[in-house]
Amino acid sequence: MTYTIEGKTGAWEIVVGLEVHAQVISHSKLFSGASASYGGEPNTHVSLVDAGFPGMLPVLNQECVAQAIRTGLGLRARINLESRFDRKNYFYADLPTGYQISQFTHPIVGEGTVEIELSDGTVRHIGITRLHMEQDAGKSLHDQDPARSFIDLNRAGVALMEIVSEPDIRCPEEAGAYLRKLRQILRYLGTCDGNMEEGSMRADVNVSVRKAGEPFRTRCEIKNVNSIRYVMHAIEVEATRQIEVWEDGGEVDQETRLFDPARNETRSLRSKEDAHDYRYFPDPDLLPLVVEQAWVDELERGLPELPDDKRDRFVKEYGIPRYDASVLVAEQAIADYYEEVAKGRDARLAANWVTGDLFGALNRTGRTIADSPISAAALGGMLDLVSDKTINGKIAKEVFEDMLETGDSAAAIVDRKGLKQVTDTGAIDAAVADVMARNADKVEEYRGGKDRLFGFFVGQVMKAMAGKANPAMVNEALKKVL
Amino acid sequence: MSLTELTIADAAQGLRARKFSAVELVRAHTDAIDALNPRLNAYITPTKDAALKAAQQADEALAKGEARSLTGIPLGIKDLFCTNGVRTTAASNILRNFVPPYESTVTANLLRDGAVFVGKTNLDEFAMGSANITSAFGPVENPWKRNGDDVALVPGGSSGGSAAAVAAGLAMGATGTDTGGSIRQPAAYCGIVGLKPTYGRCSRFGTIAYASSLDQAGPMARSVRDCAIMLQSMAGFDERDSTSVNCDVPDYSAAIGRSLKGLKVGIPAEYRAEGLSAEIAAAWQQGIDWLKAAGCEIVDVSLPHTKYGLATYYIVAPAECSSNLARYDGLRFGERVPGDTLDAMYEATRRAGFGPEVRRRIMMGTYVLSAGYYDAYYLKAQKVRTLIRRDFTEAFQKVDVLLTPTAPTPAFAQGEQSDDPVQMYLNDIFTVPASMAGMPAMSVPVGLGATGLPLGLQLIGRPFDEETLLATGSALEQAAGFTHRPAIRAEAAK
Repeated sequence: MTYTIEGKTGAWEIVVGLEVHAQVISHSKLFSGASASYGGEPNTHVSLVDAGFPGMLPVLNQECVAQAIRTGLGLRARINLESRFDRKNYFYADLPTGYQISQFTHPIVGEGTVEIELSDGTVRHIGITRLHMEQDAGKSLHDQDPARSFIDLNRAGVALMEIVSEPDIRCPEEAGAYLRKLRQILRYLGTCDGNMEEGSMRADVNVSVRKAGEPFRTRCEIKNVNSIRYVMHAIEVEATRQIEVWEDGGEVDQETRLFDPARNETRSLRSKEDAHDYRYFPDPDLLPLVVEQAWVDELERGLPELPDDKRDRFVKEYGIPRYDASVLVAEQAIADYYEEVAKGRDARLAANWVTGDLFGALNRTGRTIADSPISAAALGGMLDLVSDKTINGKIAKEVFEDMLETGDSAAAIVDRKGLKQVTDTGAIDAAVADVMARNADKVEEYRGGKDRLFGFFVGQVMKAMAGKANPAMVNEALKKVL
Repeated sequence: MSLTELTIADAAQGLRARKFSAVELVRAHTDAIDALNPRLNAYITPTKDAALKAAQQADEALAKGEARSLTGIPLGIKDLFCTNGVRTTAASNILRNFVPPYESTVTANLLRDGAVFVGKTNLDEFAMGSANITSAFGPVENPWKRNGDDVALVPGGSSGGSAAAVAAGLAMGATGTDTGGSIRQPAAYCGIVGLKPTYGRCSRFGTIAYASSLDQAGPMARSVRDCAIMLQSMAGFDERDSTSVNCDVPDYSAAIGRSLKGLKVGIPAEYRAEGLSAEIAAAWQQGIDWLKAAGCEIVDVSLPHTKYGLATYYIVAPAECSSNLARYDGLRFGERVPGDTLDAMYEATRRAGFGPEVRRRIMMGTYVLSAGYYDAYYLKAQKVRTLIRRDFTEAFQKVDVLLTPTAPTPAFAQGEQSDDPVQMYLNDIFTVPASMAGMPAMSVPVGLGATGLPLGLQLIGRPFDEETLLATGSALEQAAGFTHRPAIRAEAAK
């Protein structure tokens, strides 16, 4: 069902396109040798090129180009073998040269697509318009002094990928799913850490509203939203605002707005009239960027398995449900963990343990898969004890908790606690006989047709054997006697 | 012969033969600067002390037999090349006190080969001008005088300080930069040789940019051979300049005196333009005759888009400069005039920092790149530029080199043309097309005009074929036997 917002005049559809700025993972900046790492004392990662000194020239960092191409391939997008760098001219204190080098007319990556999955299982494809490389600006600090602003150029010149989506997004949930998926792909590729809190991934959100069947109406751009949750809120807030404007007989102005999460509102930053004239033109300091198809092919061969492919393979290879597979491929590290556990074992059982008990334990202890207190090998070792019937499923839960606490191996815990499953038919038969003798009335009822009492007998026998009895053998023994 | 009259080639021999020391040679030039620079204003920043120190080191190297091609040779450096620890102004108030902590690739190459820098030469502000009258440090006076008067003439521009210094014996050679004629036209006005190499031959790293797609460094000296020696040092691929070209640097001196038999010399019809003075037309014909006599075949060619060269140049160059000069904002280096807001600071800083010609070109460039005008001006200019380049490519299928005048007139008096910027721009009419096409070109002095001022002819070659320019230039030089010297010069001042 189409997501709509109900206004006074009826239902409104929303139309959203996202421009995501993703900071490229690279040692040095896009056009200089200065370090691109996050943090560092202000103005310590700045070369003369970054600071725009006279006579300094940009030299393109090949690794950043490789990262952009990898990302393009990950977005199943067209790689443009020839692209170009333009200058986007504007004056600002944290833009040392007075222009940003960007790819305005000829981006390195063209059309692509991202598959998203919504909570109800719907699968949608969001078009990618383009991906281009550009430099980040520095940072202006206005809160250090009452009268003066300070500039930190550490970030100036760091490579960004701007990933522009088609206006294919129709609800906040899709925007969230798209951003999560994009982040997942970038992290799989190792081209951006996707860390929105540190600003290494930021989104500009283009929002408009329309009545069903209408062409697009005027859109507003909400700049620099820095969390997925805020993006979803901002869309809703802005769409609601625009609906009010239209319904009150007004016009939505094309403008740039800011989202204020504290007040849950968007505010105008600048209107179209005040929009900068960026005077784009090809940067004469840089030659057109020409890449060989052979290099693109080589980069493609070096790509890791992408999340969608991995999910499909998990479904096929391990026979687990698509939903479980999606959960398991959310992060490369989780998928690797799962595969190590599942390899040569009951893959469905492995999936249940990883997505159930393990995720629960990680959540409880505030850890990630990378520092899981139970290694994949250790969890696998425990599952082996279940498979070879050394322990049953119920005891396994107890062993798992013990492993979490002590870090001991499952085998050691089973030994220490004497949890080995009893498969001795004599012992089971004796326990069965004892339970029957003590519950003669229930036996009578069962034989009188009260079938569901069977579970009661199983429970009693297990209890008598401290949970260690092989459940299948208990069932069998009970059936025989009853 | 006086030390300030020698060529680089002769001085290098003299130094090796210990006929004189590097200190003597350099001191002769720093003395000349002390004596004449107050009048000529060819140098913004003379660097006498550092030069004499470097000369001592040169003598040590010579004593050890470790001399390189330019060891002990006193050179002037256009004040557009950043020099480590030495003030670099671009002749602009905005960089009046700027001392770069780095060395341009071209000057680093010259230093590697032992050159001694005697100072930073004057120029038009940010290399924008054709008469060296836009410098924030005052105009340069041409050391040449018209017959019978003492009126101060312009040295041409923008490398006017370099040209005047070399002509007057205040340096044996000098670096220039050429964007639309800034090496060739002042070389012609001052009676010296100036070579603008192929775009990409010399690195632009560390050279203050005017128009990046056109700027090219080159040598200015008193002989073709000296230009070859200097270019040998200056040229080469530099990974810090993405537009520098990675191809071998040949032995340029070997081209000097090469036989020209069978060389095809093109004479472009379009350069017989209106406003070409009779004396220059005559010099051009003389040049044609000399080359014919040297065994060249003279071929009439056409460069039909020549007439659009200047108009195209004055779109492309200002467009690039409007962006290149945005970094002079008073924030990180250079002069700052405070303001209440960031914008007020920008405005005050740039108003005080830039002279009228620089402001004019920034405004023109901003205009032609603006939304709504970009297609009509900048984009169209780029298309015409492609046609201009194609003119040359087609001509070079028929001929090996082109011969034209360098400038439509000889040097003019300070104040004669400065009222009308368009009139001033016309000085570059013959030099701009080769710049737009990125072709190498050279001006060689071939004689004196009716008023006793030097006249230059321009040779334009195929990309990266500076050797043919040098070979042809040396033939012209030899035929012309140009030994005239300006009225104001070191030797005459003694």
